[in-house]
Amino acid sequence: MSDPFLKVRGLTAAFTTRGRDVQVLNGLDFDMAAGEAIGIVGESGSGKSVTARALMQLAPEGSSIRLGGSVTFQGQDLLQYSERQMQTLRGSQIAMVFQDPMTSLNPTMTVGAQIDDMLRRHKGLSARPARDRTVELLERVGIHNARRRADDHPHQFSGGMRQRVMIAMAISCDPALLIADEPTTALDVTVQAQILRLLLQLREDLGMALMLITHDFGVIAGMVERVMVMYRGDIVETGPVERIFDAPEHLYTRALLAAVPRLDAPEAKP
Amino acid sequence: MSAPLLRVRDLAVTFPPRRGNPAVRAVEGVSFDLAAGQTLGLVGESGSGKTTTGRAILQLQKASAGSVELLGRNLTTMSGAQLRGMRRHMQFVLQNPHSSLNPRMRISSILTEPLLVHRPIPRDQFAAKVDSLLEMVGLDPEVRNRFPHEFSGGQRQRIVIARALAVDPDFVVCDEAVSALDVRTQAQIVTLLADLQTRLNLSSLFIAHDLALVRRLAHRVAVMYGGRIVELGTAAQVYENTVHPYTRTLLDAVPVPDVQAQRKRLRNAAPPPVFPREYDPRHPCVFGEVHAESGTPEWHEIAPGHNVSCRFWPAGMTPGQ
Repeated sequence: MSDPFLKVRGLTAAFTTRGRDVQVLNGLDFDMAAGEAIGIVGESGSGKSVTARALMQLAPEGSSIRLGGSVTFQGQDLLQYSERQMQTLRGSQIAMVFQDPMTSLNPTMTVGAQIDDMLRRHKGLSARPARDRTVELLERVGIHNARRRADDHPHQFSGGMRQRVMIAMAISCDPALLIADEPTTALDVTVQAQILRLLLQLREDLGMALMLITHDFGVIAGMVERVMVMYRGDIVETGPVERIFDAPEHLYTRALLAAVPRLDAPEAKP
Repeated sequence: MSAPLLRVRDLAVTFPPRRGNPAVRAVEGVSFDLAAGQTLGLVGESGSGKTTTGRAILQLQKASAGSVELLGRNLTTMSGAQLRGMRRHMQFVLQNPHSSLNPRMRISSILTEPLLVHRPIPRDQFAAKVDSLLEMVGLDPEVRNRFPHEFSGGQRQRIVIARALAVDPDFVVCDEAVSALDVRTQAQIVTLLADLQTRLNLSSLFIAHDLALVRRLAHRVAVMYGGRIVELGTAAQVYENTVHPYTRTLLDAVPVPDVQAQRKRLRNAAPPPVFPREYDPRHPCVFGEVHAESGTPEWHEIAPGHNVSCRFWPAGMTPGQ
């Protein structure tokens, strides 16, 4: 039998801050099929974002991360990769979209130049074809007047448009896996709906796998086939999205779902 | 009927032109009443003017027009000294529990500070008051000598609430008071707020972008767009008998924790319509009224207590739809 698309076994992560080790992932096991959409949901400190960073081997700024276990992606153990190999993989095979696009876009470069750069580095395109492809990508994510807007800097875009730029950059090299970490948390609710819809469409059109990390059960509900619920560095429950919502087994999942405020269920009012 | 605790009329805030940018009318024509013990939810997206409205009501932001009456007294025309006297009746529960508590102050000092400023009780009762405040928000009075960093986000939010309640206010403005909290903590704080309001007969303006959260807490709800209230009614009226297209758009965009329903919502999520800012009172409005002739406000009563603005209606949409 062939290996699954992504196979994670005994994944541990520990941060070293001021000489002390803090273990934040306690040995995760999970698989992902090619093209599958999986959601990771949990509260702050659950380890959901660290899981994404561990797959990408990206440590938050000013810290170092120590990983253990194995991450087999398309048959290759990424934990055996050199940093150089990881750099090639990031962006081209696995791409990531963060909550705040300002932290991942370079404020001093036009957005077009940044996407061109990706295409030239990973796809070997020369300047002209790279820009044509950049404009195509910006149009694809719903940015009007894309050729002109490519010459704008990140701050000239609204929050929602900036997230679209970030998504255009993420899909620029046709990644097999897109990791989106709270991609809509900072956005207004009407903008959020548009971005979620865009992610769904892109997934359908490009056939890429999606790992969506969020604290919001509403966001996860319409986007994925399978859900992993995380709590303090462990996966406490995993299953098809319908099962998790309709018949949660773990007490923690039940408590989380019960706490979600609902549009149609007024309560708590004096 | 007795006078409302808070009466806001035609409130406007204009930010002056700056660095070549024209003046911004952040809030315009905002009017509502708030009865004692009631919560008005104020919802809208970023830039809608909801935070500025809250600040203008508390006189933390100068209003360019309109009036704010608290306990029958007009705050907008008061001197600084008079206003300081009124501040103990109105308090602010801030957005971020991490930045709104001084990290160098012990909890007892944080809770005593408003008492020192407003002197609602004699000094020898301060210690007892601190303990009762901590108990009131569900914290052990033993924590009084600790520092803010020793607490979780939810506990810090409880301390922020205790500080606001120290002077026994009649009215509080909560601006995204629970938005930064995890969902279980959020639910606990919302329950605490609801409970405190009943016990203290406290009125509150609950500003939040999360419509589902507001539904849990608010008796009445005002929806803001472009600096104006576009719809105002009881929570049931606004959420179930929605009239204004902007309110509809907001409600339709909220992700719901139901797999089938949410999939359907995303599939049907059409780009939001354009809500035009231009408005000509010389033409009949969507309710067929020519406000330039009638001289009435652009504000229509749909049902008792349920009002809708005739501004910002997308082309071709009418109230009957």
